[in-house]
Amino acid sequence: MIKSFKNPILALIGLALVGFGFEMGFDAYIQLIILFITVNCLMSMSLNMVNGYTGQFSLGHAGFMAIGAYFSAYASTKWNFLPPNLTLVSSFIFAIGSGLVAAAAGFIVGLPSLRLKGDYLAIVTLGFGEIIRVALLNMDFLGGPRGYANIPSLGSFFSSFGFASVWLVICFFTIWRVMHSSYGRGFLSVREDEIAAESVGINTTNMKVRAFVLSSFFAGVAGALFAHFTNFINPSSFTFLTSVNAVIMVVLGGMGSMTGSIVAAIFITVLPEALRPVQELTGFDLRMVIYSLSLILVMIWRPKGIFGELEITDVWRKYVRRSA
Amino acid sequence: MQDFVQHLINGISLGSIYALIALGYTMVYGILKMINFAHSDVYMVGAFAAYYVARWMGIDAQPGIGTLILLLCVSMVFCSILGLLIERLAYRPLRNSPKLNILITAIGVSLLLEYGGQVVFGADPKVFPEVMKDFVIFSAGGIELKSFDVTVLIVSILAMLGLQFLIYKTKIGKAMRAVSSNPGVASLMGVNPDRVIAFTFVVGSALAGVGSVLVGMKYPKIDPLMGMMIGLKAFVAAVLGGIGSVGGAVIGALIMGLSEEMVVAYLSSTYRDALAFGILIVILIFKPAGILGKYSVEKV
Repeated sequence: MIKSFKNPILALIGLALVGFGFEMGFDAYIQLIILFITVNCLMSMSLNMVNGYTGQFSLGHAGFMAIGAYFSAYASTKWNFLPPNLTLVSSFIFAIGSGLVAAAAGFIVGLPSLRLKGDYLAIVTLGFGEIIRVALLNMDFLGGPRGYANIPSLGSFFSSFGFASVWLVICFFTIWRVMHSSYGRGFLSVREDEIAAESVGINTTNMKVRAFVLSSFFAGVAGALFAHFTNFINPSSFTFLTSVNAVIMVVLGGMGSMTGSIVAAIFITVLPEALRPVQELTGFDLRMVIYSLSLILVMIWRPKGIFGELEITDVWRKYVRRSA
Repeated sequence: MQDFVQHLINGISLGSIYALIALGYTMVYGILKMINFAHSDVYMVGAFAAYYVARWMGIDAQPGIGTLILLLCVSMVFCSILGLLIERLAYRPLRNSPKLNILITAIGVSLLLEYGGQVVFGADPKVFPEVMKDFVIFSAGGIELKSFDVTVLIVSILAMLGLQFLIYKTKIGKAMRAVSSNPGVASLMGVNPDRVIAFTFVVGSALAGVGSVLVGMKYPKIDPLMGMMIGLKAFVAAVLGGIGSVGGAVIGALIMGLSEEMVVAYLSSTYRDALAFGILIVILIFKPAGILGKYSVEKV
C-alpha cells in the first residue's frame, strides 16, 4: 500500500521542483508554454487510452476538451460558494465537475458510436466533436461565437503549475494502474484482436465505452486547465485541428506508451515556438507541414509510433544500458 | 411553393457536386477498403491547377464551352498525377498494415496537402476564372433554372454512367471487381493488383478534378482549405448511399444536398455543418451499410 503511493508522491515532488525552477528563472512567455505543455500532456495521455491502448481511433477529443473548458469557465465565474482564498480548492472541484460532464458526454457519444470500427468510428467521433462545437456556437449564455472571457486564473505560475501537476499525476497513475491490472488486459485484447477478445468472453463494446469515458474525463480536465490558463475560450479553440493535434502526439509518441505521449506532447508544444525564427525568415507556417509529413513517415517506417509500446524507461534499458 | 421549388433546384445542384466527389471516395473504398481522406485535397489541388493554367494561358477572360473543356482536362490530368503519386508514395508501402495506420497516413496526407497548399499557393482565397457565362435557361413564376446547375447535373450524371460502364462493362472494370473481392486470388488469375489500384486512384482523382472545375464555376472562391468541409460532406454522402456502390453515392449526395439546402432555408444556417454529421450518425446507427450497401460478415 505504501509502496504504491510512493511513486505518485515522488512524481509530484519532482514536478514541483521543476515548477519551482521555472518560477524562478524564466519569463512569462516560457511559463505559459510550460502550462500548455501540461494541458497537452493530459490530452495526449487521455487519448492514448483510447487510441493507443484500446486501438479505437477517435478524432473528436477536442469536443470533450471544449465541454470541460466551458463547464469550468461557467462554474468558476458564476458559482462562488467558497471564500476567495480557497480558489484552488473550488477550481479542483470544478475541474472534477468538468471531467464528469465530459465523461457523461463521452458515454453518450461512445455508446452508439463505439459499435463501429476503424474509419467509421473516426468519422463519427469527428462528427460528434464538430456537433459539440456547433452547439457551443449556438449557446448564447456561453457567449456563442464571441467566446467566454474573464475566466479567473489560478494565481501565480507556481500555483497554476502545481494544480496542473496534481492532475498530471492523477491522470498518469490512474491510466497506468488501470492498464497494468487484469482489467487493462481487456482493453489491450480489444486492440489486438476484437473477434478473439469477444470469443473469450470480453464484452468489447463495454470495454471500449469504459476506455472512452475515462479518456473523456481527463480530456474534460485538460479543457478546464486550458480555460484557466488562457482566461478566454471560444468555440474555435476546439476545432478538428485540436483533435488532430492530440492524435499526432499519440502517434508520434507511440501508440500504447504513456511516457511516449508525454515526450511527444512536450516536443509538439515546443516545436512551433522553436520554429518561430524560421517562420519569420521564410514567412510560412511550416508547423502543420512538418507534423503531417512526420505523421506519414512515422507510419511508414515505425507503424507503432516512435517509442512503440515501450515506455521511455524500457528504451533506456534496451538501447543505452545494454550498450554500456 | 415557389421558394420550395427553387430550393429543390439548388439542392439538386449542390447534391450533384457532392456526388462527383463522393464517387471518388466510393471507388477507392470499394477496391482498397480504405477511406482516402486526401481525396478532397486532391480536389483542392485540381482547382488551383485550373486557376494557374487559366491565368498562364490568359483564358480567364474568355468564358465558353472550350474553356470549360480545357480546364476540365487540365484539372483531371493534374489530379490524376497527384492521385498516382499519393498512392505510390504513401498508401502502397502500407497496403498490408493495420487499418488504423492506413487511416492515420491518409489523414497525414490530407493535412500535408492542405498546409503544403497554404505554403505554395498562399493562404488567401483566390478568384476562380470565369469558365462559362451563367444564364437563365428556363424561368417560370420566379423559379429560375440556371445553366450552371444544369451543367453540373449533366456532368455528374455522365460521370456516374461512365463509371458504371467502366466497372461493369470493361476488362479493367472486371479486374477492379476481382481485386476488390480478393487481391490475392485476382493476382493468381493474372491481374496485377498494383496496376488496378493505381488505375482506381487515377480515375477517382480525375473525378475530383472534374468536381473542382464545376465547383469553381459555381462558387468562384478557392483557398487551400476548401476541400475540408466539402470532402467530409461528400464522404458522408458516400456512406449514406452505401460506400462502395456507385449509384448509392449519387443518391446519398442528392439527399445530402437537398437536406442541407432545406436546413439553411427553413431552419438556421449555423446548423449547416452539424447536419452532415447528424445524418451520418443516424445512418450508421440504424443502417450501417447505407441505403444501397451490402452487409458483410467479418470472418475470423
